[in-house]
Amino acid sequence: MSALNRQRALLDFTVAALARRRIKNLALVAVFATVVFLLASAMFFASSLRREAEATLAGAPDLIVQNLSLGRQAMIDAADLPKIAAIRGVATAEGRLWGYYYDRISGANYTVMVPSAADLVPPPGEVIVGEAVPRVRDFKWQGTPLFLSRHEGDLVRFDIARTLGSDVALISADLVLMNEVDFRSFFNVPAGKFTDLAVTVRNPRELSTVVEKASAALPDARFVTREDIARTYQKLFDWREGVMVALAFVAMLAFAIFAAEKATGLSAEEAREIGILKAIGWDTRDVIAMKLWEGGLVSGGAFLLGTVIAYAHVFWAGAPLFASVLKGWAVIYPDFRLTPAIDALQLGTLLLLTTLPYAAATVVPVWRTAAADPDAVMR
Amino acid sequence: MIFHTPILTLLLVSALAALVALWSAGFGLSVLRRWDLASCSRGQLMMERRTELVSTLFAMVMAAEAAALSLFIFNADRMAALFVGAMCAVGTLNVNGYGFPALYAQIATFFAAAVWLVLDHVDRLGRDYPLTRAKYAAVLAIAPLVLLSGGLQLAYFLNLRTDVITSCCSKLFTPANAGISDEMAGVDPATALWALGIAGGLVAATGIRALRSGRGHGLFALAGAGYFGAALVAMVSTIALYLYENPNHHCPFCILKPDYGYIGYAFYLPLFGATALALGLGAASPFAARASLRAPLPAVMRRLTLWALAGFAAYGLVTVWVILRSHLILFG
Repeated sequence: MSALNRQRALLDFTVAALARRRIKNLALVAVFATVVFLLASAMFFASSLRREAEATLAGAPDLIVQNLSLGRQAMIDAADLPKIAAIRGVATAEGRLWGYYYDRISGANYTVMVPSAADLVPPPGEVIVGEAVPRVRDFKWQGTPLFLSRHEGDLVRFDIARTLGSDVALISADLVLMNEVDFRSFFNVPAGKFTDLAVTVRNPRELSTVVEKASAALPDARFVTREDIARTYQKLFDWREGVMVALAFVAMLAFAIFAAEKATGLSAEEAREIGILKAIGWDTRDVIAMKLWEGGLVSGGAFLLGTVIAYAHVFWAGAPLFASVLKGWAVIYPDFRLTPAIDALQLGTLLLLTTLPYAAATVVPVWRTAAADPDAVMR
Repeated sequence: MIFHTPILTLLLVSALAALVALWSAGFGLSVLRRWDLASCSRGQLMMERRTELVSTLFAMVMAAEAAALSLFIFNADRMAALFVGAMCAVGTLNVNGYGFPALYAQIATFFAAAVWLVLDHVDRLGRDYPLTRAKYAAVLAIAPLVLLSGGLQLAYFLNLRTDVITSCCSKLFTPANAGISDEMAGVDPATALWALGIAGGLVAATGIRALRSGRGHGLFALAGAGYFGAALVAMVSTIALYLYENPNHHCPFCILKPDYGYIGYAFYLPLFGATALALGLGAASPFAARASLRAPLPAVMRRLTLWALAGFAAYGLVTVWVILRSHLILFG
């Protein structure tokens, strides 16, 4: 019999043997699939958050220039703008006005900023708000004005020009857009001062040279590139995913111990079956091969089931089990649907991480059973 | 950096491999000292039974090591985004002094594991455990390699610091960075392609001879190892240039990126697989004359030789295809 045919016959026999103990094996697959589901959910969720962060940052400026005073960020002088704009390779440089406003009514922080795009600049006395602002303020009807209070006894009224759509919620949920005059008067920012400078360069490969020249021109400033921010996000999500996976892996180890225990204590029926197989001429290798097929089918089934359920949990249901741990927490949190982001690295990692401990845990009990004498097993 | 899922997985595989290798080496020592198939003692019987367990465990862990090699490279490429200056796996592996040694040790473990798996497969064909001593002597040689590979990997991952500015592949494969990478990049493209062609011819000739006569697998293994070296030199000096359509980009790792349609895997998987099979055939060939293997071995050797030849041919065909569809003109 050729090697392939032998394996086919073993597989055929194993499937029939598994079907004979259907309930027991289905229960094992279900528990294993739950562990795979935990690991896969954490991995899928973190990976799509990384993808989301990448997509969001694609629109960020290449370089942000911040003024530092006493080691903290301070307002930057408008006079610094031409120094940066004059550097060869810089395409655009503009001063940005933005800040945070703590809303005591809702307990949330809003990001207030002056938009650079002309079509997003609201008329005086009006603001454009992100989709979460009317929600946390519980605005019941269209046209409700937004009252902002900077301190006791202070109340500034802004009419809402429009609300931004939920398709950009990840970056705009907590946003309040004002025009420059309103912003300077609301936050008391003197003319000629900006929060920071946003710079774009013509050739991204020249960015490090531009930063080098800019730091010579503004020695006290801090320069943050888009890559720096992207790297920080990636590290953060990687770390959170790693911690979640390490915790879920403890469940995997517990399952491996359970599986080893189960493989050690054979039922009378299974022992009789192995005894008969050995008595009719199967050798130890055949029994080990059959048991390895059994383990392969159980772990393969659990892997597929756990991965598919994790996919549905993360990308259809929004990962209710992990969202708060992996996303972080805020009073205003945008509602957003995650884009599926799965690749071969993730699936390969998941496969090794789940099936290898199971296989390692069961191989010794499997060998012990297979190597025993037929009469000893049956007795 | 240790809390990174692929890193945790690679460390898990390394830890399991180290445990199994240590235990198998201990068992290997007792096999080499006390193995006596003629004996009917309880100790010999137990040892015979235990060889099944060690074979199964070691084979499983070695297969996991082979998967871990792909994962290691794939992950290094993916982590490039975390390090300033890194653009592909080269930058990530250059972050500290353990990266490339860890990769080389992993590759060496892969080939050693493949040779062992072929020996194990051949051993299982005979009813009288014909290769047992050789197999466990090989375990004693492989175990330190597995431990070294695991140790280097652990040192590499523990010393991954994201505030280090690393060098990308365009710096490594230039005359400014003297070393074997520069030597490979500096080989004349015509010489490299001729060398690959000649190595291909030798592999085909020795392979066909082995298929026809059932002998000469040692020569085939030597030719396969030569082809492997020639293929890597040709990749760095010439094939990469055609692939990137850039006469100055020699990196053998960037081709694994999605930007190039993961074509690197079409090169490396057949090349590594075929070389591993050829080396395994070479290691198994001295045992072909054993009485219990005389009947079953030739068919297996023939099948493995065909697979190895197919792998080498696949590398050659992908090379020709890449050169034909490239817009770069290096000759004429």
